[in-house]
Amino acid sequence: MQFLSYLISGLGLGSVYAIMALGYSMVYGIAKMLNFAHGDIIMVGAYVAFFAISGAGMPPAVAILLSVLVCTVLGVVIERLAYKPLREASSLAVLITAIGVSHFLENGALILWGADSKFFPSNIFPQGGPTIGSLTISWLTIITIAVCCVIMILLMLFVGRTNTGRAMRACSEDKGAATLMGINVNAIISLTFAIGSGLAAIAAVLLGSTYPSISPTLGAMPGIKAFTAAVLGGIGSIPGAFLGGLLLGVIENLSKAYISQQLSDAIVFGVLVVILLIKPAGLLGRKVSEKV
Amino acid sequence: MAEENRKPILEVQDLGIDFGGLTAVNNLNMKVYPEQIDGLIGPNGAGKTTVFNMLTKVYQPTRGKIFLEGKDLEKLNPVEASQAGIARTFQNIRLFYNMSVIDNVKTGMHNHFHYNNFDAIFRTGRFRREEKRADQDARELLEIFHLSEYADLTAGNLPYGQQRRLEIARAMATQPKLLLLDEPAAGMNPQETEELMAMIREVRDHFKIAILLIEHDMQLVMQICEHITVLNYGMLLAEGTPQEIQSNPDVIKAYIGD
Repeated sequence: MQFLSYLISGLGLGSVYAIMALGYSMVYGIAKMLNFAHGDIIMVGAYVAFFAISGAGMPPAVAILLSVLVCTVLGVVIERLAYKPLREASSLAVLITAIGVSHFLENGALILWGADSKFFPSNIFPQGGPTIGSLTISWLTIITIAVCCVIMILLMLFVGRTNTGRAMRACSEDKGAATLMGINVNAIISLTFAIGSGLAAIAAVLLGSTYPSISPTLGAMPGIKAFTAAVLGGIGSIPGAFLGGLLLGVIENLSKAYISQQLSDAIVFGVLVVILLIKPAGLLGRKVSEKV
Repeated sequence: MAEENRKPILEVQDLGIDFGGLTAVNNLNMKVYPEQIDGLIGPNGAGKTTVFNMLTKVYQPTRGKIFLEGKDLEKLNPVEASQAGIARTFQNIRLFYNMSVIDNVKTGMHNHFHYNNFDAIFRTGRFRREEKRADQDARELLEIFHLSEYADLTAGNLPYGQQRRLEIARAMATQPKLLLLDEPAAGMNPQETEELMAMIREVRDHFKIAILLIEHDMQLVMQICEHITVLNYGMLLAEGTPQEIQSNPDVIKAYIGD
């Protein structure tokens, strides 16, 4: 029973990672860049929800919507201002820029909102949860897992079966050919950033509700975990991000419970190293063959 | 054919492009008429693919004008050029290899869908109608290109000859007025080339479009092209009917050397 409880809360944590990893993975798949500012967009999302609820007294649903809106706009604006001018630049330049944007957001939050951590409102999701035998699962965990599954299914349908989704897949494979099909590649990249950042806001609310203390550096560690999840599952792959996120959450929670609280992160990253040794493209990633 | 009485679908005037100090194409004038199969030939490095890249607006010409149905393409970007009605295939095939055959064709139809993302998310009637129509159209196209049985296969798994055909099908899905084929017969055996020629004629007759093709296979060029333009060192060397080109001493010299 104890094990089952750890497993389920691990799945809950993993679902948050998965939602974040989807943002990383989709942006990588289309724009071929690692948006290291993704974790900090989550931080901004958490602050927006915090101020909307605790400051302005908005109802949670409105606050979540506002947070999604702000993050979506922020993601698109960051792409326009920081990444778009570097479309033809080397990937290293884009990577460094992303790290720069990450620091900019973190320090901006530090100036605006101070270094002291704030307490994320606990009234967004119902407290407690159903009890089965001796096992109690919190509503938050159940909702988190459900939200993650719904997002994942909707995204798969969107990318797999709609005109825009096909255009996204086309852009991810060959931007030049996609352009000649009349696809506006810049618009597709903007849309991808919008989706990824909107998801970041949802992840922010779920993360804030799980770990209620929020600070300007809150996005850093989950950001790296989500990135790891994306790589673990196969970066660029939507089901890969989902699988990688869940796996990471479960491994982290179980190693915290059974091995060591301090070593759990090391174990998580150790698993990544092992999996990449066996499957370099990640669990569900496509093997990229070098052209000769 | 009384070409003088017909309006060209494509007209190129004094077209030229420089890369740094190098002039790749200069003073090129050519006309392509509706429902005509035109050949663009010349020795390696003559600037043929560069011309294609200018026509699709991937390269911005340094000099000269391009008119499609009398409309100046100068201000257009590649997306707008595609929407204006120019489609192309590539010398080395560039399909969306991880997508299914039918999705490749539907990608070509990108601008012919009339629903927005809101419709897609809430799966409105319009979304379903449009997707259904696109599916039918795409299957009809595959039928014409003898690819029906491969519709749900991943494009990367198709044999080479079929990949070439799919690339043409995908280009046709954009509903072009002018189709540019860059070495469509490259890497094909004689039988495949024969089939390809029939296919190109069929495409012209069925869709009533003009086709401009780059090709090194002279037999193919002479057999299916009704008009040929010869480039050499980025300049117009000769133009005319296949018979005229074959007996043109300048052309023979350019190909065989002094």
